[in-house]
Amino acid sequence: MVKRFFERFYVLIIFVLLYAPIAILFVLSFNASKSRAKWGGFTFKWYGELFHNSDIMSALYTTLIIAVLSATIATIIGTVAAMSIHNSRKLPKMVLMNATYIPILNPEIVTGISLMLFFIMFKINLGFITILLGHIIFNVPYVILNVLPKLRQLNKHTFEAALDLGATPTEAFFKVMLPELLPGIITGFLLSFTFSLDDFVITYFVKGAGINTLSTKIYSEVRKGIKPEMYALSSIMFLTILVLLLIVNKRSEKQEKKAAVKG
Amino acid sequence: MNKKLLASPYIIWILIFTILPLALVIYYGFTAQTPDGIVFTLDNIKKISDPLYWKAFLLSARLSLLCTVICLILAYPLALILAKSGNGKKTLLVFFMILPMWMNFLLRTYAWLNLLEGNGVINTILQFFGIPKQQLVNTPFAVVLGMVYNFLPFMVLPIYNVLIKIDDSLIQASSDLGANKFVTFRKIIFPLSLPGVISGITMVFVPAITTFVISDILGGGKIQLIGNIIEQEFTFASNWHTGSGLSLVLMVIILFSMAIISKFDKDGEGAGLW
Amino acid sequence: MAEEKIIDLMGISKSYDGNIVLDNFNLYIRKNEFLTLLGPSGCGKTTTLRIIGGFENADSGKVIFEGKDISTIPPHKRQLNTVFQKYSLFPHMNIEENIAFGLKVKKMDKQFIKDKVKYALKLVNLEGFEKRSINSLSGGQQQRIAIARAIVNEPRVLLLDEPLGALDLKLRQDMQYELKRLQRELGITFIYVTHDQEEALTMSDTIVVMNKGKIQQIGTPEDIYNEPKNAFVADFIGESNLFDATMLQDELVEIFGVKYPCVDKNFGINTPVDVVIRPEDVNLVDPTDGITTGTVTSAIFKGVHYEMTVDSFGVEWLIHSTKLSQTGTEVGINVKPFDIQIMYKPKGEDAEAVMLDE
Repeated sequence: MVKRFFERFYVLIIFVLLYAPIAILFVLSFNASKSRAKWGGFTFKWYGELFHNSDIMSALYTTLIIAVLSATIATIIGTVAAMSIHNSRKLPKMVLMNATYIPILNPEIVTGISLMLFFIMFKINLGFITILLGHIIFNVPYVILNVLPKLRQLNKHTFEAALDLGATPTEAFFKVMLPELLPGIITGFLLSFTFSLDDFVITYFVKGAGINTLSTKIYSEVRKGIKPEMYALSSIMFLTILVLLLIVNKRSEKQEKKAAVKG
Repeated sequence: MNKKLLASPYIIWILIFTILPLALVIYYGFTAQTPDGIVFTLDNIKKISDPLYWKAFLLSARLSLLCTVICLILAYPLALILAKSGNGKKTLLVFFMILPMWMNFLLRTYAWLNLLEGNGVINTILQFFGIPKQQLVNTPFAVVLGMVYNFLPFMVLPIYNVLIKIDDSLIQASSDLGANKFVTFRKIIFPLSLPGVISGITMVFVPAITTFVISDILGGGKIQLIGNIIEQEFTFASNWHTGSGLSLVLMVIILFSMAIISKFDKDGEGAGLW
Repeated sequence: MAEEKIIDLMGISKSYDGNIVLDNFNLYIRKNEFLTLLGPSGCGKTTTLRIIGGFENADSGKVIFEGKDISTIPPHKRQLNTVFQKYSLFPHMNIEENIAFGLKVKKMDKQFIKDKVKYALKLVNLEGFEKRSINSLSGGQQQRIAIARAIVNEPRVLLLDEPLGALDLKLRQDMQYELKRLQRELGITFIYVTHDQEEALTMSDTIVVMNKGKIQQIGTPEDIYNEPKNAFVADFIGESNLFDATMLQDELVEIFGVKYPCVDKNFGINTPVDVVIRPEDVNLVDPTDGITTGTVTSAIFKGVHYEMTVDSFGVEWLIHSTKLSQTGTEVGINVKPFDIQIMYKPKGEDAEAVMLDE
């Protein structure tokens, strides 16, 4: 019993630690005072003003567009790449796998500066395009690593069975293989989306002047103090994601239960 | 569908977007801009021994090691508790473990200022117990705290993922052969969880030793880590050669430490976060 | 007889989430016997083994080991060892380290451990495998190592939980002989769990047939095969013709209107009973010589024998014979009185689950 108590207490402490800053941000989003050090009374006004702050709105827009685009493109490239890795022979496979791990294992700062040097070398203007490219390059390996295991689980013969039953290779791919790979592809997409949404270091090095994502916007405000609208925005985003995740969880739970009843 | 044809575009992708950029870092790291044009030099690499840089590097190494050790000590028991809780509870706890990562990490780190400041939450609590105000912000302590806070989940999850895969029957077998709980942990559970521990260490140590954001926010510019130096070489100083040289040194040191650490993993079966 | 008992299970009950797995289960195991718990999945056989091993606690009842109640003693303090279904070898240790594990935990002398490991490997025919890794072994070899790892600790009783389940047929048959040999050489008690009746018949001294958490029959393989006590046992062990019948009087039974002489007595007069006739005990003869007649509806070559079905006025018989009767042939059916096994019909709702205490 004592052990149980200590375990619970320990988990509680860690979770308090994890959520304390988030609680602070929530509180600050309702703080009438512009300074984070002073409590100026309760207000909803930042939630309203947020939508009139063109800086924040444009940063939000850039962040979302880049996240959606980079995740989508990285998912396509990563899925095709995973299939090619899966089908290559032993030696090229090893080389390709190791190369795939480079952006994951490399410190982000090194990836960031290497891409910055690369873009400047090829005279690509730092801006929207370079951020997008940077995120795609960073995300592709995560898609590959999520799709590859599904490819390994895939029953080779289902594809052949589809051909045998009269499907063209294209039909066989879309109707038989793709559905089985889908869970890996979706996980890869969601991971990419999340990384892109939260990325700071790579964006920071490849973004150039005049464009900001939320992360770089926040970083630029750290010294002079972050605008309260930002707290409001992040609170909204956090709650939105929490609700979305809870819905997804509930759904998959229900599906599992259904499957369990059937099985 | 020609399967071989599929492979070549990805090879080209890797060459252009992964290998070439890294080659550029190496190129800049080993060259310098002189009036006679670009020449080969080792000066950028040697700069690490410059007291200014060396001090920053040592501080980074110390703080990131400290952070890794603290993360390991905090994470292992937590992963054990998570791994053996009931199925539904398990998913829920892991979910809430990951959830904070959906709040922008710069903001979360920034919020620690409110907790640590002179009039912040922690000092208020301390004062309540009659302990004098502590200078917490802009100290190495604050930076380590920020690192631990940000990277703790990266230690918990790989260890947890390995622990839940350990077959119950192995633990029963150990018990069947006469081992008590402590011996079973020492001889079976811990060795089998090593791959998770190692990937946890990697996932915490690498971002910790290279960070410049956490030290920037919680160190208030007073704590210069090697990450801050490199960042400044690229942004304010625009000295790409020095920045590249230092990055190379940092990369080699990281690779070297990873190689040493992975020696502990006999099986060589890495256990990723995903 | 009492001093021969090594394990005595007294009134063990166990349920999971309201599902009763074991219901007031009583069984004793004699010293040095090879006892098999046999039954379909979910019959409670594995749970019984796990309760003996200490991995589960019974809701009620006692486990007596050599006269002492060990019900609450944790597994690592019990003088029993288990061979697990999935082998459960430690993947981070080589073969020697795996086998030595139990002895090291007991802080035995190094040289002693070395000799013991060598001896154990010899016993399971894997001499010289000390330094090999677990992954380099085939399923059968892993199984042997799992056995070696258990017996090296000189347990008084070895528990085996479907240890051959994952092996292919040929290997399984080889291992059956090996296990029997090992048990004789070591002279210890084996408690073996399986759902494979052939395995049980081949190896056991005593078979305990279980269903729905209750013992259906305890006996030697011969007893169980030749004289099943109820329809469940008859059906589960081997193939059989199972009929509803009426015991007209002593030594005469009527099956679907046909009277057969048999050897059983004391069932009373006109008592409804179950009758078991093994397919190999049915003789196909000339129609005029049979007790009843029928038409062969199918005949399949099975290697050792032919498997035929005969339709006799709407009743289907299963017959094994080395002599083929072609499909469509009119045949006579004969059964020797001795080969007819008469059983009481189960009473009450819990149909097959008849409690039998020896």
